Amino acid sequence: MALPLVGLCAWCRRALVSRTASRLTVVRGSARSPAAAAAATAAARDGRSKSKWMGVVGLEVHAQLCSNSKLFSGSRVQFSAPPNALVSFLDASLPGTLPVLNKHCVEAAVMTGLALNCTINKKSMFDRKHYFYADLPVGYQITQQRCPIAINGNLAYSLYVGKNRNHMMPKLVRIQQIQLEQDSGRSLHDDARTQTLIDLNRAGIGLMEIVMEPDMCCGDEAAAAVRELQLILQTLGTCHGNMAEGQLRVDANVSVHQRGRPYGVRAEVKNINSPRFLARAIDYEIQRQIDILENGGKILNETRAFDYKTGQTISMRDKEGKQDYRFMPEPNLPPLTIYDNETLSSNVNPQQVVNIDHIRELLPELPDAKRKRLVKKYGILAEHTFTLVNEDGLVQFFETVLDQTEANPKKVIGWILNDFLALLKQNNLSVNQSPITPSALAELLTLLEKGFISSSAAKQVFVELWKGEGKSAVQIVEQKKLGLIQDHRKLEQICQRVIEDHPSEISEIQQGNWKVLNKLIGQVQRATHGRAAPTVVKFILEKKLS
Amino acid sequence: MSVIITARIQGPSCSLSPRPQPLEPGSCLIPLGPGTMWSFTRRAALWVPLPRRLSPSPRPRNARTAVCGRPPGPSSGRPEGAGPAPAWSKVPQSPSWQPVEVCEFPEVTMEMIDHLERLALVDFRNQEGIERLADAIQFANQLHAVDTEGVEPMDSVLEDRPLYLREDTVTEGYCAEAILSNAKQVVEEYFIAPPGNIPLPKKEERDSFLQHSNR
Repeated sequence: MALPLVGLCAWCRRALVSRTASRLTVVRGSARSPAAAAAATAAARDGRSKSKWMGVVGLEVHAQLCSNSKLFSGSRVQFSAPPNALVSFLDASLPGTLPVLNKHCVEAAVMTGLALNCTINKKSMFDRKHYFYADLPVGYQITQQRCPIAINGNLAYSLYVGKNRNHMMPKLVRIQQIQLEQDSGRSLHDDARTQTLIDLNRAGIGLMEIVMEPDMCCGDEAAAAVRELQLILQTLGTCHGNMAEGQLRVDANVSVHQRGRPYGVRAEVKNINSPRFLARAIDYEIQRQIDILENGGKILNETRAFDYKTGQTISMRDKEGKQDYRFMPEPNLPPLTIYDNETLSSNVNPQQVVNIDHIRELLPELPDAKRKRLVKKYGILAEHTFTLVNEDGLVQFFETVLDQTEANPKKVIGWILNDFLALLKQNNLSVNQSPITPSALAELLTLLEKGFISSSAAKQVFVELWKGEGKSAVQIVEQKKLGLIQDHRKLEQICQRVIEDHPSEISEIQQGNWKVLNKLIGQVQRATHGRAAPTVVKFILEKKLS
Repeated sequence: MSVIITARIQGPSCSLSPRPQPLEPGSCLIPLGPGTMWSFTRRAALWVPLPRRLSPSPRPRNARTAVCGRPPGPSSGRPEGAGPAPAWSKVPQSPSWQPVEVCEFPEVTMEMIDHLERLALVDFRNQEGIERLADAIQFANQLHAVDTEGVEPMDSVLEDRPLYLREDTVTEGYCAEAILSNAKQVVEEYFIAPPGNIPLPKKEERDSFLQHSNR
């Protein structure tokens, strides 16, 4: 009998089983263990259908393009500005205006398509999507539905799985298409006076809609995919990817079905402000749909909003059947032609040309490639590379430190991730704003490597360096007398004195109880104010006592 | 000073090309008789051979209409009301279209009307409007008689032209006052709109709704 939970990722299996069956033992580790099989059959006997549900999640991501001007008009793109100040006649949908396509937006879309391994359509067409809403004054949105600019790509991301979430599993989600479209304006609802205030500054800004296939099965996968997409877009420079500011908007289409059965009715979840809330919203929605279906109800094809305070999704409006957008080709825009080196002919104006091969050469190093390179070059763990690449500028800091010191990369990464990053986060600073320069840290680590200071002393020096008073590591060590005593004879003298001061411990050691040696080492440390290297002290004491 | 040319009125056997009479200095030219408005354009028209259909219908030539007769030209020898069109005429002289066989009358249901009214915010008002819609659909359905096998659909007459790509510079905007000047209601530089997505009334309420609307 096939295990009913096999279709889900390991973490989902654990989550669903632990949530839905309180009487069962919690399944740990791989579902193929005998304990899991027993638990699964027990579940099959009790609430058999509960463990068979599989969540299906597809994402629609709208990424606001980072350009100076809007997609079809020449108004500025700026986050905050006086209301309706950045609006041209086309954005206000005044009659007699025509759209003119922005070349930079096309290049950005092609670059994103190449980074996501998509096929770029050399001829793509624009359509009108009609619907009535106050923030869309013209009544339609120019988008690309029939023939978008890029199709059939994939996004590779990694997910923390396992008991302690320390094992990285690589995953892939297919990208159905990437299309260029216009943003709508912003509406502020004033319920007190039952009116809506409309601000068209945002209307007409170029958006890339990235439609993903429903390959994901739970909130964690979706959150990891979105984080990876954010990193890629930020690396390319096509989008800032800030979900809280609305530059990256994610809508999740969630449904559940039983293995082998057709997909269930899906509900769309909107109003999500961060990857973490995305995971919570999707998990809540999957659980809600399972509960409804378990009780014999039906899922409505509706749009739900996520309320982050309660962690629940609330029905926004009833989609009366499927919304019919009456797509029609945009008559004012001929098809968009994109060239590559083979199809480019000399009689085309070079200023008008978007060349795929040229843009491919301009692609920067993507996060995934960067991580692989770090692992290969420095031998650090993959999990650490994730933290490194996530933080803007941290990789460069790390590499600069490594250039200037001969310390082991693994030790350096420990300092960077545990000490440096922790202090940055505590003080809410970015890497560029750090008071410690890479060379200062490199100097400190060199001192540590060469044995001039102990690691606890190094941490004290680090905290001093953070104060940013301009002193170097060497100066701090001298001032605070943190350097290890290098003089062997002095150490031997101190050890001798400690041995003479503790005769009872000596007799115990001579009887064979070597654990008391640690107490003696502690005494030596106290006498030297922590300036003795523990290994050297142990060596001297052992030599003296044996 | 506009010049009005007169032509001497002659008898029925007049020559067909009137010539302007030499003017005596100081004399003015007066249109002769009621209804004979002579003007430069009329004179020019007299020199243009008229197609048969547009030419003045043959009527008894009297003193007044003598010079309205047919001017000389390549068609001067043609008898009235006969023969193929002259070589220069692009207008077909007889109907050249065949009627398309009438398709069955399209079925326009109330659900479809409801749906369309919600989507496009139009109002068909009454049965006559719906019948007109059905007529229009039937008229357009005649296009199905054309064989489009193997022909790529055209979405824009501009399909051969390259799409112009604009450089990414800021050239417009900062005209909030002009943008807001046409709006009926404005609050602190925001447009005012009614609260969003008020659902349309259901069909039963709609008839009474229409009666009270002031359209």
